[in-house]
Amino acid sequence: MTALQPSLEPLTILIAEDSAADRMLLSSIVRRQGHQVLTATNGAEAVEAFRLQRPHLVLMDAMMPVMDGFEAARQIKDLAGETLVPIIFLTSLTESEALARCLEAGGDDFLAKPYNQVILAAKIKAMDRLRRLQATVLQQRDLISKHNDYLLNEQRVAKAVFDKVAHSGCLNAPNIRYLQSPYALFNGDLLLAAFTPAGDMHVLLGDFTGHGLPAAVGAMPLAEVFYGMTAKGYGLAETLREMNAKLKRILPVDMFCCATLLCLSFQRRSVEVWNGGMPDGYLHRIASGERTPLLARHLPLGVLSPQTFNDSTEVFPMAVGDRVFLLSDGVIDTCDANEQLFGVERLQRVFAANREPDALFEEIEQALRDFRGEARDDVSMVEISLLEAAQLSPPALVYSDSGQSCPLDWSVSFEFRADTLKRYNPLPYLLQLLLEVHGLRAQSGALYSVLAELYSNALEHGVLGLDSSLKRDAAGFARYYQQRNERLDELRDGYVRVHLQIAPHGEGGHLVIRVEDSGEGFDVARVMERPVDGGRLSGRGVSLIRQLSRNASWSDNGRRARVEFFWEALA
Amino acid sequence: MSVTTETSQDGTKLTISIKGRFDFGKHSEFRESYENLKPKPESFEVNLKDATYLDSSALGMLLLLRDHAGGENAEIKLTNANADVRKILAISNFEQIFDVA
Repeated sequence: MTALQPSLEPLTILIAEDSAADRMLLSSIVRRQGHQVLTATNGAEAVEAFRLQRPHLVLMDAMMPVMDGFEAARQIKDLAGETLVPIIFLTSLTESEALARCLEAGGDDFLAKPYNQVILAAKIKAMDRLRRLQATVLQQRDLISKHNDYLLNEQRVAKAVFDKVAHSGCLNAPNIRYLQSPYALFNGDLLLAAFTPAGDMHVLLGDFTGHGLPAAVGAMPLAEVFYGMTAKGYGLAETLREMNAKLKRILPVDMFCCATLLCLSFQRRSVEVWNGGMPDGYLHRIASGERTPLLARHLPLGVLSPQTFNDSTEVFPMAVGDRVFLLSDGVIDTCDANEQLFGVERLQRVFAANREPDALFEEIEQALRDFRGEARDDVSMVEISLLEAAQLSPPALVYSDSGQSCPLDWSVSFEFRADTLKRYNPLPYLLQLLLEVHGLRAQSGALYSVLAELYSNALEHGVLGLDSSLKRDAAGFARYYQQRNERLDELRDGYVRVHLQIAPHGEGGHLVIRVEDSGEGFDVARVMERPVDGGRLSGRGVSLIRQLSRNASWSDNGRRARVEFFWEALA
Repeated sequence: MSVTTETSQDGTKLTISIKGRFDFGKHSEFRESYENLKPKPESFEVNLKDATYLDSSALGMLLLLRDHAGGENAEIKLTNANADVRKILAISNFEQIFDVA
């Protein structure tokens, strides 16, 4: 048996005993057991010896001159602090009251006189076990607290770094309201928003699997792709493909990111949605009060290989004042005391009871508190409203080059054929090229919008032969985008040609954009008769082009479009 | 045991049954249930009859099993899920990569 027990390490034991005979006797017993002995003849000496030499254990006579054992025990326990220094009272006392006093004074055990060697050895051993246990507990407590401090500090630093990344976007735009706990990132929640060069707004609400730093690390590359591609003018499909491929590449198999990605177009008055594994979002139409769910149609990001990833989006028309509401699963997965989920129906009851749209967040939070009895810290909500395009001012882009080598007299032609039209969006590239010309940078928004409209007209109405009058109402709107996806999938031939020509003009310059397609053309006269008006769901493209560029004209039955931009001398 | 397994007589199919909350707490039990089987089963069934709840880390564990079982060619059935669990599988669109019966 002894082989299984850890051998008793020699301890330093203080013996406080006023009787010289007893002191000698005890000392020799304890020494024979292999321990080192310190002695004291009264309580005051015992306290002093403890202070100076910190013995591991104390054998203390209760009745001693100068200071008795009770007071000495109290003082030694005070000095020992959190460390357990067991005190065994040596006593000839037998009344239970006196024995109880020994323990009240801080004693851990007592030993009756006359001394029994075997019992003394056993008690020292037992007390040593307790002492070690306490020491281990304290050590582990300190270690945990140190680790916790490290962790909190790491989170603080990570949060500071991440806040810089996450808030370089436009979450503070006047049409965005959001609610996120300060450490939502460490619950895996991520909210990003940024303007495209055309003044559309991209918004991403994501939710990584897991919690803590592992959940937060994936957020960095995701944000990088989101901001980078949005700023360059890439659409949702390309951005999604890139985000999925990147996460698939870098995340472990069991980690992924549920996400809803939106493109809110203030000029087209529409919202394009992709939802992979997030709870339903809602498009709230203020005029009718109707809430259209934005359903999760896809697997989360980072699950499927790039080959099988599905980037198809849905497009819904919006009116000024309409809102899109997105939320994380922290809302509907909130549990009450009986493990019941808050659920979608309770959320919809909050919607139904809502009278003041601006109070919706507070009402949802209140409902969650009422349901669960306390607030949660992993709830993310965001609401984006559609404003008049003029009410928003996308931040001016910052360019780092000096302009000394700006090209001012050139032209270039592209022909994008069927296979390319299917999967490639040439607009970011064309825009980058044009923005090499410094004089055009001030108009980059208009330039991008016009290019985008010309290109999508050529592709959708020209090459794909889609009828824009389909977009008269909300149902037709959806059908239009469904047909667009189908026809694009089946596309075998056709082309869109883009010709750009830059020339100096006075002190400034002059850009001509011509876009030509292989489609059937359209009745130019009829479209041009319509007043320049943004009120309809269809045909907004042409009026936008006419408003934002100069001398817009169509020829060859609408198969060729031509617009111009001018700029003055740079200051 | 909240994760129990049963191998078909010919050893080609493994059924893993989950009891209670299917969340990160079952991570090692779940992985151990299929990782070291020789020969490796050809098909898998995860029986969710007694699973009361499933969180995103459980979805991650299912992806690990899928990866282990051959990725896009994996044969994995998720069976007997209750309404709550089914809803979670539906929102995450896991029906697209798992056979949910």
